[in-house]
Amino acid sequence: MSDRADRKPETGAFFPRDRNWHAPALTPGYKTSVLRSPQKALLSLDGTISEITGPVFGHSILGDLDNDLIHNFAKPGESAIGERIIVHGRVLDERGRPVPGALLEFWQANAGGRYRHKKESYLAALDPNFGGCGRTITDEEGFYSFRTIKPGPYPWPNGVNDWRPAHIHFSVFGHGFAQRLITQMYFEGDPMIWKCPIVNTIADRRAIEQLIAPLDWANTIPMDARAYKFDIVLRGRRSTMFENRMEGN
Amino acid sequence: MVQALGYLKETASQTAGPYVHIGLTPNFCGIGGVYDADLGTTMVSEHTLGERITVSGRVLDGTGTPLRDALVEIWQADAAGLHNSPSEMRGAADPSFSGWGRCPTGAEDGVFRFETIKPGRVPFKDGRPMAPHITFWIVARGINIGLHTRMYFPDEAEANAADPLLLRVEHRHRVATLVATGSAPSYVFDIHLQGEKETVFLDI
Repeated sequence: MSDRADRKPETGAFFPRDRNWHAPALTPGYKTSVLRSPQKALLSLDGTISEITGPVFGHSILGDLDNDLIHNFAKPGESAIGERIIVHGRVLDERGRPVPGALLEFWQANAGGRYRHKKESYLAALDPNFGGCGRTITDEEGFYSFRTIKPGPYPWPNGVNDWRPAHIHFSVFGHGFAQRLITQMYFEGDPMIWKCPIVNTIADRRAIEQLIAPLDWANTIPMDARAYKFDIVLRGRRSTMFENRMEGN
Repeated sequence: MVQALGYLKETASQTAGPYVHIGLTPNFCGIGGVYDADLGTTMVSEHTLGERITVSGRVLDGTGTPLRDALVEIWQADAAGLHNSPSEMRGAADPSFSGWGRCPTGAEDGVFRFETIKPGRVPFKDGRPMAPHITFWIVARGINIGLHTRMYFPDEAEANAADPLLLRVEHRHRVATLVATGSAPSYVFDIHLQGEKETVFLDI
């Protein structure tokens, strides 16, 4: 990895987003999008320094249990109830380069599909030892991992009988504000994925498949926790070699 | 046949959902004891250079109803026009200013509020100075991919008139959707997701 040590910070503009790959704003099957979707075209322009730059967080913000949802809300000596899993993977950019130092934040329901949130009224019980939030920062090669319990599916008021597949929400910071991304991870083999109006806001099946984490037997820890692997791809950026020089750059 | 370009596809966005606060501002939604403080709640300290300002506003849907489950993040330059980012090549930004803030609109009135400083000017790609602005990113239930926009200042009319991004807004009456109201030190920036007053959102 000799190219890494002397790599200069990248400062080029990000590749344009493929907005046919992402969901459009208006997706009537997901009812809330109807009144919350812009109707006018987005104003497109090549990234400026205001979007090429972005906040980067140091490991000093992390507590010892921030990447362990089984224990970070539990009383001493106790742990969350549910299927113990490890979720791990790598944050890469569209050029396949690792994104080191990327802050990942995640949140999820408990094993019964209940969120710890005052607006949530699902009758499944809260787990007194499960909060549902965690965070970590990718290492020098873009790798991350955390421990949690597998979330349960839950019903939601969209169609009469709509249920979300089991999922974990991810928020990701790259190195530029234009890379800012929130997405959801699903679990291999869940038959509810293909029934979900939120999943189906995405038209391209390959884009959906990229959100489904496979069971990773190799990294499963015997007698402890199964593993799921979820790689995340952020926008790539052009080299600065032939960019117009910005003032002082 | 030609060689494959070999690029990966960006991970597709999904809505942040109604419970985004569990993950991004857990203390705000009553999940205490996991993190000392919610990230992005404090942008300035007594050492931060620059003019203190408050930016508040609401995010409104197509009926004009404020969202009370949105999350707003802002990103801006320091008072000298430098960003606190490794990708900032023009000099060292004020170490006492993060440049980044995060605020939920979960209160009864749906108002977000940032205590920050007025940003200095930063150059467009061709070197022309942009007018002072704050970059916004909005996520919520019902929003499939985070919305980018910018807030400009009402007391910078001359700079705004020459701003390279604002000059790109074809329908000139829509420029006003990117300019805050109020006056120093308290600015108000309402974001309209849809309809007559729809904010200009950016593909950037």
